[in-house]
Amino acid sequence: MSKKVKDEILHDHNHDGVDRRGFLKCMAWAGTGALCVMQGGVLKSYSLSKLSDLGASAAAAGELAFVQVSDSHMGFNKPANPDVAGTLKVAVDKINGLSTAPEFLLHTGDISHLSKPEEFDTVDQILKGTGKEVFFVPGEHDVLNDDGAQFHERYGKGSKGAGWYSFEKKGVHFVGLVNVMNLKAGGLGTLGHEQLEWLEDDVKHLKSSTPIVVFAHIPLWSVYPEWGWGTDDSAQALAYLKKFGSVTVLNGHIHQIMQKVEGNVTFHTAASTAFPQPQPGKADSPGPMKVPAEQLRSILGITDVNYVRGQHALAVVDSSLA
Amino acid sequence: MRRRVWILVLAAPVVAAAVLLLSGTRGFTASARQAQASSVEVKIDNFSFGPATLTVAAGTTVTWTNRDDIPHTVVSDDKVFKSKVLDTDEKFSFTFTKPGTYGYFCSIHPKMTGKVAVQ
Repeated sequence: MSKKVKDEILHDHNHDGVDRRGFLKCMAWAGTGALCVMQGGVLKSYSLSKLSDLGASAAAAGELAFVQVSDSHMGFNKPANPDVAGTLKVAVDKINGLSTAPEFLLHTGDISHLSKPEEFDTVDQILKGTGKEVFFVPGEHDVLNDDGAQFHERYGKGSKGAGWYSFEKKGVHFVGLVNVMNLKAGGLGTLGHEQLEWLEDDVKHLKSSTPIVVFAHIPLWSVYPEWGWGTDDSAQALAYLKKFGSVTVLNGHIHQIMQKVEGNVTFHTAASTAFPQPQPGKADSPGPMKVPAEQLRSILGITDVNYVRGQHALAVVDSSLA
Repeated sequence: MRRRVWILVLAAPVVAAAVLLLSGTRGFTASARQAQASSVEVKIDNFSFGPATLTVAAGTTVTWTNRDDIPHTVVSDDKVFKSKVLDTDEKFSFTFTKPGTYGYFCSIHPKMTGKVAVQ
């Protein structure tokens, strides 16, 4: 295979469990930067460097733009990235420099590394630099030692159960889910019966034409169960979303960009702002991946999402911090 | 020629018995040493417990040390013991007083599981 650069990135993927029921349409690894657009029911991914070829791209003129930030791991100080506050600040600069200003931010968890108050404080302080409202869901690192009490007090006002909630923005229905609580030995992420019931009820009254954005920390699709990269009862959650024409699922946890489309559902995982993790099965464990300092920022990043009414698709753009 | 064959045939069971005896003794002393020890170490490396399965005598203290760059926990399946989150190089100890089998896992990365059999 030659390494010729193409507009379209269409990678096959044959890890167990990834494309069992659906098919992987496109996948852009951390650092490449990609714009994903649904065209004729098929998700296509374009490398950011070729964005100009698309002409009036969906991302240029949307009605709702927001940014996903993930896995800031404040407090982490190991060689993979000794300055996670610094890279989060770079992410904020990146957000402030976007040509289409986002209306708000989503943080898909692992705000902190060890659930320490000062770690949450630092993230809050740095994200204030965007001047935007931030919607959070917890990662497993945010609910250590106290079953999520601190997270709930800081970010969970008005939420249900362990911190799940929904809200509307310009006709798009957003659902924040929690899949990092009460994890069972040998298992994956868990939503649990109570949350699933709530979800069913939450979306029941919505028209099937309503665009849905679901965000949660651990992927809601089976990325690599051997490393715990999946959610045991996500199929039930997705069953409640079957009637909708456009469902976008945004996750973090795996510290790399990955995308998949299955029916009407587009799955996307964001890069971390702190440190990269290896590709599924490409290392002994999913521990932090050490890269040369000059390469680090190119594999950390943020995700910019743009909704254009009538297009039935959200344009998802990943930008590295380089 | 024939005599040699006979010697071999005769020797075979003796050798086999000696090997069995030796390995058996070795196995016995190893488990006895483990059972008599009052403290045993478990290392957490690369998102796994090592050794993942442990047999100890009642009264043994097991100490887990996290050697990963990522925090882990040590939580028993039946809530018999539960560590605080262990950052790199932090330790957690638990003394097993009652015989039984204790399954445990990392509550942050539940794919990580281990077992302590207490005799």
